Amino acid sequence: MTVYVKGIVFENVDFDLPRCWSIDQYIQRGGYAALKKIVAEKIAPEAVIEEVKASGLRGRGGAGFPTGLKWTFLPKGYVGQKYLVCNTDEGEPGTFKDRDILAYNPHAVIEGMILAAWATGATVGYNYIHGEIFELYQQFEAAIEEARAAGFLGDNILGSSFSFQLHAHHGYGAYICGEESALLESIEGKKGQPRYKPPFPAVVGLYGKPTIINNTETFASIPWILRNSGQEFQALGKPNSGGTKLFSVSGHVNRPGNYEIPLGTPFAELLDMAGGMRGGKKLKAVIPGGSSAPVLPADIAMNLTMDFDAIAKAGSMLGSGAVIVMDETVCMVKALERLSYFYFEESCGQCTPCREGTGWLYRIVHRIEHGEGRPEDLELLASIGDNIAGRTICALGDAAVLPVRGMLKHFRDEFEYHIANKRCLVG
Amino acid sequence: MPQLLSNEARALIDREVAKYPAEHKRSAVMGALRIAQTEHRWLSEELVAEVADYLQMAPVAVYEVASFYNMYDLKPVGRYKLTVCTNLPCALSGGVTAAEYLKQKLGIGFGETTADGKFTLVEGECMGACGSAPVMLVNNHKMCASMTPDEIDKKLGELE
Ligand SMILES: Cc1cc2nc3c(=O)[nH]c(=O)nc-3n(C[C@H](O)[C@H](O)[C@H](O)COP(=O)(O)O)c2cc1C
Ligand code: FES
Repeated sequence: MTVYVKGIVFENVDFDLPRCWSIDQYIQRGGYAALKKIVAEKIAPEAVIEEVKASGLRGRGGAGFPTGLKWTFLPKGYVGQKYLVCNTDEGEPGTFKDRDILAYNPHAVIEGMILAAWATGATVGYNYIHGEIFELYQQFEAAIEEARAAGFLGDNILGSSFSFQLHAHHGYGAYICGEESALLESIEGKKGQPRYKPPFPAVVGLYGKPTIINNTETFASIPWILRNSGQEFQALGKPNSGGTKLFSVSGHVNRPGNYEIPLGTPFAELLDMAGGMRGGKKLKAVIPGGSSAPVLPADIAMNLTMDFDAIAKAGSMLGSGAVIVMDETVCMVKALERLSYFYFEESCGQCTPCREGTGWLYRIVHRIEHGEGRPEDLELLASIGDNIAGRTICALGDAAVLPVRGMLKHFRDEFEYHIANKRCLVG
Repeated sequence: MPQLLSNEARALIDREVAKYPAEHKRSAVMGALRIAQTEHRWLSEELVAEVADYLQMAPVAVYEVASFYNMYDLKPVGRYKLTVCTNLPCALSGGVTAAEYLKQKLGIGFGETTADGKFTLVEGECMGACGSAPVMLVNNHKMCASMTPDEIDKKLGELE
């Protein structure tokens, strides 16, 4: 178990109870109450969307797009099949929150999707689950069966005329499928290669039909918002950053794990919750939002609050909420080498700037790390970055460039030392 | 041609097919390949062709999917495929140490299989479990957390 502080998604979840994921226990802690109320009172879909808008909920998958607003992008007056897709392809290095949601509270995701279906008129949904957590894919299928048996899913939900079918789909080892249009291709039984946008999935999505895609944590937040109110959710966080958010803390801390805390909490407090630095070592750097987010040095991190605006202002991003903590023993060249290898390995190969560019980035960082760097390499890295960022079909290209830029901005001296002395500054 | 997929496997594939609109049967290909691989350990050309036939797809379209996703094996693997995550968050908490320990203990490198055909070692990317590092997958589906050398010894001992 790796959840140490509970917010709204894990509210009242008792991790020590066996089968705390099951429907009985979810109902005992207030689960499916929002659905029952909305169906019984026939609350208008527009009113549901308004409540989600009022909550200030922003997508938890990385881009932070306002959820209520996204739901209004479906074509107005469209009659015909619409789809709902949940993104549990959690593969952004450092992120392990959606896995714990599926492990301990999968019905919050299911109820969130049913409520979203009510609000958007989608009648079929899929949850795309990372292949590496196959046991949780199986458990999610069992949870779907529970919800169906209880009358919350399927035809004529709770005796009404509202119907929604939900299925689980698994990935099988491709980071790119976390990107929403690659994910749709993957559900269609193809290679996970991103689509050109526009059109966005809300207009042309799964099987060419209007489709809403949200992250697991985003959907899991919906029941709480509709059970309480959008305003209460908003009030838990900060303006423009409503609610609590799961932060996955990994690296050199005493207690790596998930911490669900109000947006706007100081990083220093989060570090304390995570037990502080392992072995009493000194903090050197933090990657605040998953491996694609630019690194921040300790002094900036220690003055940071964990919300969308503050992290952006500091030159990084909140991303998926994955906080990678590094102590003074870490060589930044080596750290970047591993990340650059990842993007090179996971580029889907469809567009040239990304396919070729990620290879260049990796090979140059690799040679610097191995004492074969050249004086012009840092300029070369910057210029290759400029030739990738903003020029690719999807954001994987940018995701590969941002860590390079962050490292060169804050730890340039380490790279220069490596090139000049053919060895590491750190040891 | 002899039938490679058992009737049980076919029944499982039917369950996958039922999840998607009738005209989009190929959506079931990822599940079908996983079911086929679980039964036969790896995906031979004949097996891929049989999956294609079963889903009424062109073999090349199925092969394209099987070769795109890292967890499908298009070459024989050992009885136990061990995938260890070495990405940065895991590396900060012993991921690389675990991988090096396995290499030394099994006497093989990444992508190799022991001479007795028992173990294949694979370098993995983030499995979304970095808080439990080091992380190792056994045969794609069983996740093992906190794989220190002692735990690795214990785990290997359990695998017959
Ligand atoms: C390379 C890449 C990988 C991504 N991986 C994920 C992921 O693992 N999970 C996720 O929810 N979103 C991921 N995203 C973001 C999705 O494209 C999409 O924005 C998100 O699922 C929308 O949900 P939200 O608005 O609820 O955040 C990724 C994006 C890119 C470019
Ligand atoms: S980095 Fe290894 S599981 Fe995430």
